[in-house]
Amino acid sequence: MAGAPAPAEQPAPPDDSPTLGGGSVGDRVYRTLTTAFAVAIPVLLAFITFEVVAAAWPALRRFGFGFLTSSAWDPQRELFGAAPMIYGTVVSSVLALILAAPLALGVAIFLSEFCPRWLRQPLSFLVDLLAAIPSVVYGLWGMFFLLPILREKVMPFLATTLGLARTPFFSGPAYGNSMLAAAVILAIMILPYISAVSREVLMAVPRSQREAALAMGATRWEMIRDAVVPYARTGILGGVILGLGRALGETMAVTMLIGNRHEISPSLFAPGYTLASVIANEFAEATNELHTSALMACGAVLLVVTLVVNGIARWLVWSVAREQKA
Amino acid sequence: MTATRPDRATPTGEAREVPGLVESRGFNFWYGPKQALKEISLTIRPRSVTALIGPSGCGKSTFLRSLNRLNDIIPETRHTGSIRVGGEDIYAPRVDVVNLRQRVGMVFQRWNPFPRSIFDNVAYGPRLNGRPSRADLDAIVESALRRTALWDEVKDRLRQSALSLSGGQQQRLCIARALANRPEVLLLDEPCSALDPIATQKIEELLFQLKSELTIVIVTHNLQQAARVSDETAFFFLGEVIEHDVTARIFTSPKVGRTEDYITGRFG
Amino acid sequence: MTVRAVSPRSLRRRRALNLVMSGLMGLAAVLATLPLILLLGHLLREGASSIDLAFFTRMPKPVGESGGGMANAIVGTLILVGIAGAIGLPVGIGAGLYLAEQRRARLATGVRFLSDVLNGLPSIVMGIFAWHFLVRPVGHFSALAGGVALGAMMIPLVTRATEEMVLTVPTSLREAALALGYPRWRTSVSIVLRTALPGIVTAALVAVARIAGETAPLLFTAFGNHYWSVALDQPIASLPHQIYTYAKSPYDDWHRLAWAAALVLIGLVLAISLVARFVTRSRHGGVGD
Repeated sequence: MAGAPAPAEQPAPPDDSPTLGGGSVGDRVYRTLTTAFAVAIPVLLAFITFEVVAAAWPALRRFGFGFLTSSAWDPQRELFGAAPMIYGTVVSSVLALILAAPLALGVAIFLSEFCPRWLRQPLSFLVDLLAAIPSVVYGLWGMFFLLPILREKVMPFLATTLGLARTPFFSGPAYGNSMLAAAVILAIMILPYISAVSREVLMAVPRSQREAALAMGATRWEMIRDAVVPYARTGILGGVILGLGRALGETMAVTMLIGNRHEISPSLFAPGYTLASVIANEFAEATNELHTSALMACGAVLLVVTLVVNGIARWLVWSVAREQKA
Repeated sequence: MTATRPDRATPTGEAREVPGLVESRGFNFWYGPKQALKEISLTIRPRSVTALIGPSGCGKSTFLRSLNRLNDIIPETRHTGSIRVGGEDIYAPRVDVVNLRQRVGMVFQRWNPFPRSIFDNVAYGPRLNGRPSRADLDAIVESALRRTALWDEVKDRLRQSALSLSGGQQQRLCIARALANRPEVLLLDEPCSALDPIATQKIEELLFQLKSELTIVIVTHNLQQAARVSDETAFFFLGEVIEHDVTARIFTSPKVGRTEDYITGRFG
Repeated sequence: MTVRAVSPRSLRRRRALNLVMSGLMGLAAVLATLPLILLLGHLLREGASSIDLAFFTRMPKPVGESGGGMANAIVGTLILVGIAGAIGLPVGIGAGLYLAEQRRARLATGVRFLSDVLNGLPSIVMGIFAWHFLVRPVGHFSALAGGVALGAMMIPLVTRATEEMVLTVPTSLREAALALGYPRWRTSVSIVLRTALPGIVTAALVAVARIAGETAPLLFTAFGNHYWSVALDQPIASLPHQIYTYAKSPYDDWHRLAWAAALVLIGLVLAISLVARFVTRSRHGGVGD
């Protein structure tokens, strides 16, 4: 292993008699070291926040609150506004949630309630594997497999066969690269996170609740609907919000599929931008200091949003765990 | 209901369509390789309270959970022999467990109301089994709560969460929830073991009143409780029924030595 | 008193609903695994033919010349992961030990929460952090900055996994050691850590698998490099970054290489996951009675 745990390298004091208060030198060194590592985590989080805000500072100072509401993005005239990116981030993530959450909950219910025991392990492994595939590989697959299908099959089906082209949401030419494509790939990517959390909270529903429903003459589905899911709903909500956090910050696959255009269009067929993808896409071509700083400011907005979203999600999941312990 | 009331349990294995009559014949049950019940043959009279007693792990809870087939949900279990409720073989292939569990209600050791309102808990069964009108539902809920002596305590806060009640009230609520389903048989699995003496007394009084309407089977560790509430008592030991008789006789003049040992506190 | 409150018709309807819903849940499971199967299938079809010895040993060729390999990117990924491990493992394991041993301390609760929050930060934010911290002041991209970004991502993963693994060590074992007169720190290091080691190795492997495929934190830290470089203060190539560059290019040859690189990367990630599972299993066989 590359990094042996530091405490092992401490030379043992020859006379290392243990005392009740844990007062030996070795104990004190050990405790100080592990505490220092633990404290490193909050310090790191604060440091990251500081560095990102510092990187964004020139742009934030120049544009102030207007950075969030302006749609201008003109590096030549040094005008920057993140509204299209904020819009794209929210729309693609929410759309991904709408697609992924029901499916993920379905998988979790199937795994915890209906699945034959021999199938449970391998199926869980496959679903978890979705989370192990690197974002850039999703992007690659999306470009060469998903986009053609969307362009030639799904988009014409939605627009023409279902006649949705008359609505503003499915109008315009179907290039492939679009908000819809980003949402679909995001849905696939966040599904394993939502389903893993949901599966765990579903399995943690006490047997007494299941038996209460069954003993009243509920069918298995009625038991799930009336006893299991309501009991687990806070935890499931936590899982969904955790998935939202993932979707908001996902970079590579979205950059490769969303089309990268600074425009707010109601149509899901139109290209868009997200906070993360604009950074990834434009960093290399940013020529002046302010352009770079504006990109970093997009990162700062993303950081704040994901901090809040993750804080809420963790708090929800935790409150469930605490309830169950009580 | 006008079915004739049998005066005593007949030892014959004949099926009779008497509501609330529970008959077990040569019933064996296994958890995986481990046999938990051996050749249980027991007749439980309708409209009476039967107590199942015995040391921990003797199979009394397993037997109770066999009566509404709740053991079905535990993987790798199997059984042989038969159990009839109201004359119907409950393990016959055509029997619907959902229907069976409506007929055979159950109350657990640890009260388990759903985290919803008091009203919704009691209304759960009737809502499952049909679409009763609002007025019908109100009537069913009120009657179930009255029969469990909860009505006066909760009538002003039916919309509040069931979890706001005390432990004893929650347990009576669970009994009310089971009664609202109009069962023929009510199974109670150590319903008072986590309750204080006053709450326990309330539930025991309840059983006295309820036995005029349905068959009650109660598993208990508390021998005084068995002596107080039951008409008949069955002593379980290592998965077998050692002795089954009128309660007074079990507690005063048991025929089997092991029963006496258990009742006098020499083991268990 | 009506004995049968359940009408057979409503019962039939409820049974049917039960059947339909269980079918729908099963369908959800099929739909969820479908993308994985399609993706792996596509990857094998497109990538397998381009993988040969040259892929691992040769350098990339300029556009127009076919062939070439990704030796620099493979080595680069290994170096980046090495730096990340050197940062993430000691800090993560140390913090994990602290969390497991001071479970109820107020500091532990806070650290646990913030570690989960850190775990949820977008990887590109880690890139910005490392860029502003290590790249901008020096004026050029470096392998070190990329490694630091990845290492910061690793810390929360290793921390929470270590805590979980250490908590599975039975208290009796710890108490036995303390009763024998072992000082607390030695008990922790030689008894607890050793018993939990297979689990921690698993956790470390899973964390490595996670960060080995990251691209976003490397875009403006390690940056990528078309040439051979193993210097820590210079830009360095990596597999995920190479996939990104080649995928965006208009050349079929490069697309083929991107598929091959993706296949290698997935193979690496899968191999690590399988080793991790194997290690966990042998742990359950060994320690668990």
